[in-house]
Amino acid sequence: MTASDLRPVGEDDLHAFVDGRLDPGRRTAVEAWLAAHPEAAARVAADREVRDRLRVRLAPVAEEPIPARLRIANLAAPRRMGIPHWSTNAAAALLLALGGAAGWAGRGAVPGPGAPAEPMTQAAVSAFRTYVVEAAHPVEVRADGSSDLVQWLTARLGRPVTVPDLQAQGFRLMGGRLLPAGDGLAAMLMYDDDRGTRLTLYSRAGPSGGRGVFRYARADDVAAFSWIDSGMSYVVTARTDEARLLRVAQAVDAQVSGQRDGAR
Amino acid sequence: MDDLAVLIEPQIPALRRYATALLRQREAADDLVQDTLERAIRAWPQRREGDLRAWLFAILRNRYLEGVRRRRGIEVGVEALDTIADLGADPEAALGARDVLDGIAALPEEQRSVLLLVAVEDMSYAEVAAVLAVPVGTVMSRLSRARGRMRAFLDLAPTIVTGHLRRVK
Repeated sequence: MTASDLRPVGEDDLHAFVDGRLDPGRRTAVEAWLAAHPEAAARVAADREVRDRLRVRLAPVAEEPIPARLRIANLAAPRRMGIPHWSTNAAAALLLALGGAAGWAGRGAVPGPGAPAEPMTQAAVSAFRTYVVEAAHPVEVRADGSSDLVQWLTARLGRPVTVPDLQAQGFRLMGGRLLPAGDGLAAMLMYDDDRGTRLTLYSRAGPSGGRGVFRYARADDVAAFSWIDSGMSYVVTARTDEARLLRVAQAVDAQVSGQRDGAR
Repeated sequence: MDDLAVLIEPQIPALRRYATALLRQREAADDLVQDTLERAIRAWPQRREGDLRAWLFAILRNRYLEGVRRRRGIEVGVEALDTIADLGADPEAALGARDVLDGIAALPEEQRSVLLLVAVEDMSYAEVAAVLAVPVGTVMSRLSRARGRMRAFLDLAPTIVTGHLRRVK
């Protein structure tokens, strides 16, 4: 008998025994202990029965062929459904109202150029045009590796601010600034890539609740994607092609929503 | 996208099983799984190394909880979830015993998820802790409570209450 077998039997041992998670030495020790403790042995037997019944009952689901609609290939260009479709129709109706019928193109299949931009997108594009040409002071607070930028924005806006990492999309954070937006404030983060292409992420409090599709807008040479999610509105703007900007928008969206999901 | 399919699709049967146990409605469960997979595909570029199964189950559970909260906020209580029969009847139920899935449904969600992930999905306690984002000790205490309640619900065995032994009727 090894030293570990001499440890007193605990509740955790009994659960691990039920779940078949004890190593052989420990299992022998627990079995011996259970032989001397019939009440505990009865509970363990009952827990095993519950386990078996649950498994038998739920096994058929996992043995079925999976529905075609759940194949990853069929989801690769998914309809963008922020509110789970298993939620109520009322919720779906709300989402539709927020998104607007015109915006309800599938993800990746966005309205073409000429779609009228919303006021927020116009504000974001104006801010982009104003500050992107700035050589000396494109941002108010530089991203210099410290967390000052995040702290400053969070303090000024009174809500946690996520600064997405867009390195995978080829963009480095330059810094950020605050902008007046109606009766509140908007945060604008600026990124650039190796070729000097600058990109902004504009965010501010938006319609509460719900989620919208990515909306595409183009004004001359500037492209923008906007969307709403959980009480925030976001716009990414850059002089780049639609496909690249969409990848950035998706990455930003995944990071700001991924944090809430605990999807680490 | 092929790589993604090779990694994620093997998890789909188990995700459907967990979703079905949570919702007890086949269509709704598949909607929840679809929503989970769409979320996972979008968040994939930001996923850090780690346990893929725990990551997917965590997304599913969070989407489920969000949906429950939202429904509560709108008008329908979580209790209004339909129970459906197409899982097949519990063979024990025919003998007069209670349906094990009714027992699961009667548990608080945090206990229900722990028991399902441990007993049905065969996750380690550490993996369950990762799914629920709680310490392992919390998983163990929820598991204890869930098992105690299930024994009582199914009238299976004596339960020790504060050191005393009593029969649960």
